[in-house]
Amino acid sequence: MRDLSLHILDLMQNSIRAQAATVSLSVLLNEQGMLSVIIEDDGTGMSPELLARVTSPFATTRTTRKVGLGIPMMAENCRLAGGDLAIESELGKGTKLTATLDTSSIDCLPLGDLPGTVTTLVTMNPDQPEFVLRCASPKGEMQFDTREIRQALQGVPFSEPEIAAWILESLREEIEPIFGGVIL
Amino acid sequence: MKSLAELQAIREKTLNRINLRKEEEGEATRVVIGMATCGIAAGARPVMLSFMDEINKRGLQHVTVSQTGCIGMCRLEPMVDVIMPGQEKVTYVHMTPEKVGRVVAEHIVNGRPVEEYTIGAAEK
Repeated sequence: MRDLSLHILDLMQNSIRAQAATVSLSVLLNEQGMLSVIIEDDGTGMSPELLARVTSPFATTRTTRKVGLGIPMMAENCRLAGGDLAIESELGKGTKLTATLDTSSIDCLPLGDLPGTVTTLVTMNPDQPEFVLRCASPKGEMQFDTREIRQALQGVPFSEPEIAAWILESLREEIEPIFGGVIL
Repeated sequence: MKSLAELQAIREKTLNRINLRKEEEGEATRVVIGMATCGIAAGARPVMLSFMDEINKRGLQHVTVSQTGCIGMCRLEPMVDVIMPGQEKVTYVHMTPEKVGRVVAEHIVNGRPVEEYTIGAAEK
C-alpha cells in the first residue's frame, strides 16, 4: 500500500464484512506530530482466540485461501514509523482498531487521498453501514456523518455518480485545510 | 461542508434518472470493481473514482458501479467486470484511470469491448 488512506480503505472493509451498522473513522494529528487512526465498529467482533492471532498474516476469516494481509501490513507500517497498532474486540459488541504513527519519521507513509477513500466506502456500500468520519489537527477539525446525508437525500442512494461527486468534493474542501501541507 | 441545500438540488435531478432506470429494469449496465486488499494495493480506488467521474460527466443513465472481493487472480488487479444486458461479461485487467475513459466510451456507450485490455488479451 502506497499511503495510509489505502490502508484505511482496506481495514474498513473488515468492519463492513463484520456486518457493522455504524463504522466510525477518526484521523487525529496532535501538536507533537503523532497521527492516530482509529476505526471503531459495532460489528460481530472477534473471539479472544482470533484476536490473539489477528495481526499474523496467516489469520483470515475468508475461505478462499489461508492468508490475510490487511492488518499485518498496516501494523508493520505503524511500527516502522515509531508507532503501533492495537485492536480491542468483543464478540457481539464490535471492534476498535487504533493505529499510531509518528509523522516526523522518515518511514511514515503519507496520508494520501482520504476523501477518495471515504467516498469509495460510502458509494460502494450505499445501504449499510453508516459512516462517521472525524478529522482533527492543530489547524482545525471536521465531522462527516452519512446519516445526515441520507436524511437530505430521502431515498436517493449514495451510489449515484452525481451524489458521489458531491461527497468527494465536499470532503476535499473540508479535509485539505486540516491536513494540507503536513502529511498529504 | 458544502451546503446540504446544494445536495438536495442534485437529489431532485438524480430522482428523474432513477425513475427512468426503474421503468427499464434489466437494461442497466453493471460495472463491478475488485476491492479486496490486492485490488486496493494495485490501484482499484482511483479506477473506481474515474468510473464514477466519467459516468457523471457523460450523464449516463443506465450504469451502476459496485464492488466485489478478491476472486483469486491478484496479479491481474485492478480488475473490472463490465456486464451489459444481453451480452457476455467482459473482464478487464490491470486497469488504470487512463484506461477508464476508453472503456466507457467504446464499450459502455458504443457496445464494443476494448479487446486489448481484457483478460483474454493479458493471458495470451
